[in-house]
Amino acid sequence: MGLNYNKFEKTCKILEENEFDKSKLISILQGVQEEYKYLPEDILAFIASSLNMPLSKVYGVVTFFSFFTLQPKGKYIIKICDGTACHVKKSTGLIDAIKKKLGLKDDEILTKNMLFSIETVACLGACGLAPVIVVDGVVYGQATPNAVVRLIDNVLKEEKEK
Amino acid sequence: MEKYLTINSKKVSFNNEKSLLEVIRNENIELHTFCYHSELSVYGSCRLCLVEVEDRGIISACSVPPEPEMNIKTNTERIIKIRKIIIELLLANHNRECTICAKSESCKLQTLARRLGIKKIRFKNVLQKSSEDASTYALVREPSKCVLCGDCVRFCDEIQGIGALGFANRGPKSLVCVSFNRELNDSECVYCGQCARVCPTGAIMPKYEVNYVWKVLSDSKKKVIVAIAPAVRAAIGELFGLRKYNGDELAGKIVTSLKTLGFAKVFDISFAADMTIVEETNEFLKRIEVNDNIPMFTSCCPAWVRFVEQYYPDFISHLSTCRSPQGMYGSIVRRIMPRVFDIPDRDLVVVSVMPCTAKKYEARRHELAKNGINDIDCVLTTQELAMMIEEAGICFEKLESCAFDMPLGFKTGGGVIFGNSGGVTEAILRNIMNTKFKNLNEVEQFSFVRGERGLRKFKISIGDKELKIAIVYGLNNARKILKSIKAGSKYDFVEVMACPGGCVGGAGQPICTDLIVRKKRTETLYENDKVMNLHKSSDNPYVQKLYKNYIGKPGNLKAHEYLHTNYSYKKRFKEILKISDSLQDDNIKIDVCFGNNCISRESREILSHIVNFVENGKYKDRVNITSHICLERCFNGPNIKVNGKIIERCSLKMVEDAIRDEFDRLKDEC
Repeated sequence: MGLNYNKFEKTCKILEENEFDKSKLISILQGVQEEYKYLPEDILAFIASSLNMPLSKVYGVVTFFSFFTLQPKGKYIIKICDGTACHVKKSTGLIDAIKKKLGLKDDEILTKNMLFSIETVACLGACGLAPVIVVDGVVYGQATPNAVVRLIDNVLKEEKEK
Repeated sequence: MEKYLTINSKKVSFNNEKSLLEVIRNENIELHTFCYHSELSVYGSCRLCLVEVEDRGIISACSVPPEPEMNIKTNTERIIKIRKIIIELLLANHNRECTICAKSESCKLQTLARRLGIKKIRFKNVLQKSSEDASTYALVREPSKCVLCGDCVRFCDEIQGIGALGFANRGPKSLVCVSFNRELNDSECVYCGQCARVCPTGAIMPKYEVNYVWKVLSDSKKKVIVAIAPAVRAAIGELFGLRKYNGDELAGKIVTSLKTLGFAKVFDISFAADMTIVEETNEFLKRIEVNDNIPMFTSCCPAWVRFVEQYYPDFISHLSTCRSPQGMYGSIVRRIMPRVFDIPDRDLVVVSVMPCTAKKYEARRHELAKNGINDIDCVLTTQELAMMIEEAGICFEKLESCAFDMPLGFKTGGGVIFGNSGGVTEAILRNIMNTKFKNLNEVEQFSFVRGERGLRKFKISIGDKELKIAIVYGLNNARKILKSIKAGSKYDFVEVMACPGGCVGGAGQPICTDLIVRKKRTETLYENDKVMNLHKSSDNPYVQKLYKNYIGKPGNLKAHEYLHTNYSYKKRFKEILKISDSLQDDNIKIDVCFGNNCISRESREILSHIVNFVENGKYKDRVNITSHICLERCFNGPNIKVNGKIIERCSLKMVEDAIRDEFDRLKDEC
């Protein structure tokens, strides 16, 4: 069956496992975000209604924790470290190169084909490898603009073969 | 045993006070606060009520219970310094256009800055401009004036049980907003405006419509008529230093000032309230007789009506269909006044002065319009009336009284007490009695329904019938009653007003957070009732005349046309959950309700069955499946909708049949 239904069904299951208990909101949201990769507004409304609590409160919790996101994420998530060490090693150059490669303007973080999304993070704790990027959980150290463009090309090639 | 502690070197006794703050305030020391509110839970965010306690350091008085032997100092150098810094920091992040802020002079931040002697703000102004939200008819939000005390958030959630407003983000990005930072009109707000009443600054205010009224008043072609609600006379004196005047005297002064402002006729909403009582009594007795839609709910509070429409669609039929007094006033004057003035309908402008912000919304309800023109053109609050009086330079306190215009200016005591919680019930009970009242004691035989508690229940014997009545204010209390009714409790009549104390505590009234002031207003209306010649609404000779000349009998067809209305479900969430991956325009549309009641009745199983049935059968890719919160038939769930047709108490087999039938029907049509 379709993707939407599976995700929705999973949401229902998560709610049921948490006994529709509003004090378990955070663990419900975590589960749902895992499923959708972000927290869609309509699903949050559904969660608020099912838990019998105001939507504004759910929204408050979602925006309080930086772990939760209301923005859709791409299939591949590129994290670029902009901590002090990486910043000194010109991580901004990496960000520019990646954005240019992916055709992202200004504040855009998601490509139109929903394939890539980018995030800048404060520090990944791998300062010795600066500048660092993480693509889909794999860490790449001492990255250069050319290297990241190649990385993205590789991912695109794999995608095409699929 | 008496317990003692020390405040500023003075020995002080205390008993059951919940917090140090209460003990200190009992000693006539007004510890300043933003977030402490006697009606709300303790929040402790504003940090203004800090005191120094020996051996414990600096603590917030609102959130610490008093203990014997505590040695408290409220004004040490350190505390004074901290308090000042707090106010300075708030001001550094505040839209300080005080001279053009409507809250000026009643703003707590402004007052505190003055009282704490803030002459200089040592911090750079970091205010981020944000736009105001004027999306509703009732309220305007200006986030740039918010001090994040959370009074509005807690009132909406704790007292009204709605939670339209909430906190979002954290740290310096914190803000009070509607979910997803949308406009207020896109939220669950019922426009009671209590958030504006408790807001210490101008961050939430009633929406002012004074300019419109000035404009029509200066248009020589227009005849502008106005009526004032009962609660207005109980409160306006507070703004002009006339607290000791009684309701009748203040009403007289209001009439004089409205005439001076140029209104062609000044009427009394209490007259329309008398009509409401007559209609509503009749409706109630009829419903009791045939046991139809009992309990009957009152319908004069627009916030409560919207609340039912939004959260309890199954109870809509229990609402009295009678229009509120404002609604009746509107439709009656639209019918008779153009003829009185001999002017075309469009030149009549109908204004009302209300203690309420939700009335502004009610006036725009399409049910209260005829041929696309709303009966009421504009609703002013008590605050706005005072603003107009001040703007015109009228010395309100020196005015002589003037009588209301007839016929819609004559009222009985029943129409006056309408503004109090319990007033509608008492007036209806008086009306149900067939006897004539001989003295005030007999009039006040039902005064036991009065009271300050937000949820009151009574049993009353009338004739051979025993009536069970509940009187409620605060929508969270209303939720409790509705819950108990759902669970099987029996009531015959339920009166609900959204605001604490009823209309006298409305959000359009002069700013008051003091319970004593509100009690005084309540008292004013009951005193006003005592001096009336008549106390029973159906005794109002002008109401009788109006029925004779225009309507006929209560509850007849004419009455339904002019004095009754209808209600409809208002969606709480606009969100529709897509279940099929792609939705095609020409597909059959199936909607599965995922409201709470339906979830508990296995809507999940039904959805899974529909998905299986469609995907694994011949209807694959020919059906759009969505789910809704909710399809508004909560008593009869689980519900699904197939191409617009609702199927209640749906079983797995009914689902299959419905889909098959719909395809067969379409095939036949082809």
